[in-house]
Amino acid sequence: MTPGGKALAEFVAEATEILDALGRDLLALDEARGQEADPEHINGIFRAAHSLKGLSGLFGQERISQLAHAAEDLLDRLRLGRLTLDDKVLDTLVDALDTFQALLGEASRSEEGQELTQRTRAMEDRMARLGSPPPAVEEDPLERLELDGTVRAVFTEYEEHRLRENVRRGVSLWRVRAAFDLTDFDQGLADLNARLKPLGEVISTLPSSRPGGANGIAFDLIFGAKVDARALEAGLKGTPAELAPLSVRPPLEATDTEVLPPLGADEEEEGDDEGLVETTSLATVSSPPLGSPPRMRAVTPPATVVGLQAAASAPIPAGRPKSEETSMRSLTQTVRVDIGRLDGLINMVGELLLIKANLQRLAETSGQDGTVALSKLFGQELSRETRQLERKLEALQEGLLEARMVPVGQVFDKLARLVRKIAREAGKEIDFVSSGGEVELDKLIVEELSDPLMHLIRNAIDHGAEGPESRLSAGKPRRAVVRLRAEQKGNHVVISVSDDGSGIDEVRVREVALARGLVTPPQVSEMTRRELLNLIFLPGFSTRSSVSALSGRGVGLDVVKNNLGNLSGIIDVWSERGKGTAFHLTLPVTLAIVRALVVGVSGRTYAVPLNSVLEILSVQPRDIRTVERREVLDLRGQTLPFLRLSRLFHLPEREVNRHFVVVVGLAQQRLGIAVDELFGQQDIVTKPLGGRLSGVKGISGATDLGNRRTVLVLDVAELLEEGIAQERRRA
Amino acid sequence: MKFKVLIVEDSKVSREHIAATVEAVDGVEAIATSSGFEALKLLPRQRFDLIITDINMPDINGLELINFVKKNPNYRDVPLIIITTEGREQDRSRGMALGAAGYLVKPFQPEDLEALLRRFLKPL
Repeated sequence: MTPGGKALAEFVAEATEILDALGRDLLALDEARGQEADPEHINGIFRAAHSLKGLSGLFGQERISQLAHAAEDLLDRLRLGRLTLDDKVLDTLVDALDTFQALLGEASRSEEGQELTQRTRAMEDRMARLGSPPPAVEEDPLERLELDGTVRAVFTEYEEHRLRENVRRGVSLWRVRAAFDLTDFDQGLADLNARLKPLGEVISTLPSSRPGGANGIAFDLIFGAKVDARALEAGLKGTPAELAPLSVRPPLEATDTEVLPPLGADEEEEGDDEGLVETTSLATVSSPPLGSPPRMRAVTPPATVVGLQAAASAPIPAGRPKSEETSMRSLTQTVRVDIGRLDGLINMVGELLLIKANLQRLAETSGQDGTVALSKLFGQELSRETRQLERKLEALQEGLLEARMVPVGQVFDKLARLVRKIAREAGKEIDFVSSGGEVELDKLIVEELSDPLMHLIRNAIDHGAEGPESRLSAGKPRRAVVRLRAEQKGNHVVISVSDDGSGIDEVRVREVALARGLVTPPQVSEMTRRELLNLIFLPGFSTRSSVSALSGRGVGLDVVKNNLGNLSGIIDVWSERGKGTAFHLTLPVTLAIVRALVVGVSGRTYAVPLNSVLEILSVQPRDIRTVERREVLDLRGQTLPFLRLSRLFHLPEREVNRHFVVVVGLAQQRLGIAVDELFGQQDIVTKPLGGRLSGVKGISGATDLGNRRTVLVLDVAELLEEGIAQERRRA
Repeated sequence: MKFKVLIVEDSKVSREHIAATVEAVDGVEAIATSSGFEALKLLPRQRFDLIITDINMPDINGLELINFVKKNPNYRDVPLIIITTEGREQDRSRGMALGAAGYLVKPFQPEDLEALLRRFLKPL
């Protein structure tokens, strides 16, 4: 990597981390829409924007730096209470995060697209334009607080604002004093903070000028309690904290109007606002003064508003320019590893060194005296050490694989944010439920998953879930449910995206597939419902014009299927009219090292990943039947499609008196693959085939078996499809 | 013997930038920490000739650190420089009122910091 490239990678990694943190706080705010925002989340986002500004400035990333600057300004106004966090502001922040991610994407590729630059400028404008200052207060509530002037002198503007807010709301304020040992005061304070957090807000932490002894230090915490004195005392029992109330004079006027910021606008108006915000930001020339949107709302004819809203809820894949569909794939190649895991790995290396020393000793002994080397004892010792070595290497390998694992929840969080956005755009009411976020997968797979999942969720909301009205008239609850679930099943992880919407109309699927010439009438007449549903994954099934004709299911699903195929995964669909639709994605836990079955066909050797091998049969040629020109086997009363590898790869077929049949399966699909010989199992690392060979059907890559022989690795997912396709062709 | 400068700044980028600028001056050593807490732990352990601190930090803010230093007989003579953000005049004036010796406004040029170092670390 060039020095410039390394610096860039470092920048991208750090910026990604900042944006992730920002996204988490933003999601928390978004989830609490309509309730009072937690000042800590706003402050967290502010700090993230601030760090991003500094970071990008240092690396000469002007566009990001300027946008971060604009965001920081907006957030500063928010956290200092000069701006109210309403839906408009929140939507702007969510869109700003999208823009940041797009910018970072271009930066990582060292690009600087004109279109994105303009979008960034527009976003900066939009942020600067936001402004609905909360109503001014006559008297500064802080004047009513009896607090030592020297204490107030060390408050930052932000802390002062938080204190003011607490006084205004009539929260009881306390000074919590605690002394600690100088060596571990931070731990003590962290414990104290953890106790205080559920009871209210820690506004400021002041190190006391009167230290508690030579090795001690005291702190005054200014605390706004949301519980009464007794509960506070009980909550702090066992800590070194002493409590002293700060007295607040009552307000001058008893009828002090309540000035809490307005809570979120109601749902119905949200759409109108969105449309209007777009209008104002487009009409930048006229530069409307602050507070103009409400006035515009009054003069805009309702018809226009409806039109705007309709445009906003049009099917996204058709109506949206591709560039706005920011990929959620993370831009870094780094994995954070728990230090405990690393320590474990280092310990293993230590044990391996010990074994190496033992082996070395044995080697030396054998060199000294020929008779010793041949003794039985020597042989036993050698094989014991070899076994040890094997075990430790296995553990090391496992440990390293574990280090690559990350929880799928990383992607789920990002998707949750997206759901709210799409639901708003589509005018749907959606409850998003995700579970199994703790299930771990290889980092590489998790990264590649985000785009397919985004696609499926977008489909579920845009086209699966019905609007509130039609749900009510169908006797369903008003809000639709979209579920995202991960579950570990042996060597595989199954991720499902489901909705309780209208389901897929298989009759329409059949009509569309026929109209597009993807299948012939005789073929469809034999198809089961399941097979019909699977037609939606065929390339060319969906086009833009079919979106409305078929409630949009199937938009680019062939792409999703391909992406999954690249990960040795498989996708399955279930749907029932009126009940909903579910997509199941079955994926291997890791791609890095897999155990494989080594087989021989016509004198060639191939490796079959063991995670998809279900069983191995020995079959006489007469057991193979031909049903409707397909070769099949009977397996415990079920018909199993049968594929001869030699025929698929055009190899000379050998006359054999029995076949070994490797039964492979992913999700619901099964296939028997006929091979001539079985050589055993081995761990393999699959390397992709480059250049012209990369497109060969049925081969996922090549591997080295350790004896310097390179063999090809079978792509089970593709073979399964090939088996099914053959059935279809023959039919 | 080298002058020792304590840097208190939670932003990694900014901290490294300041540390690099400080270390670039001959005869000056930079000790960088990421929080006010760390600074409170370091202060009794070694002598510092200058403290450079950010204002907005998560645990204790820079103003509180200045106040603590200025009220403690052991450290009160150590000059403090505050680093503030553009537009945060109130924080800056409070810092100066509490006894900071000088301030820098982000983003600043290395020469500005160097000039402050030469002013407060004598003879340099």
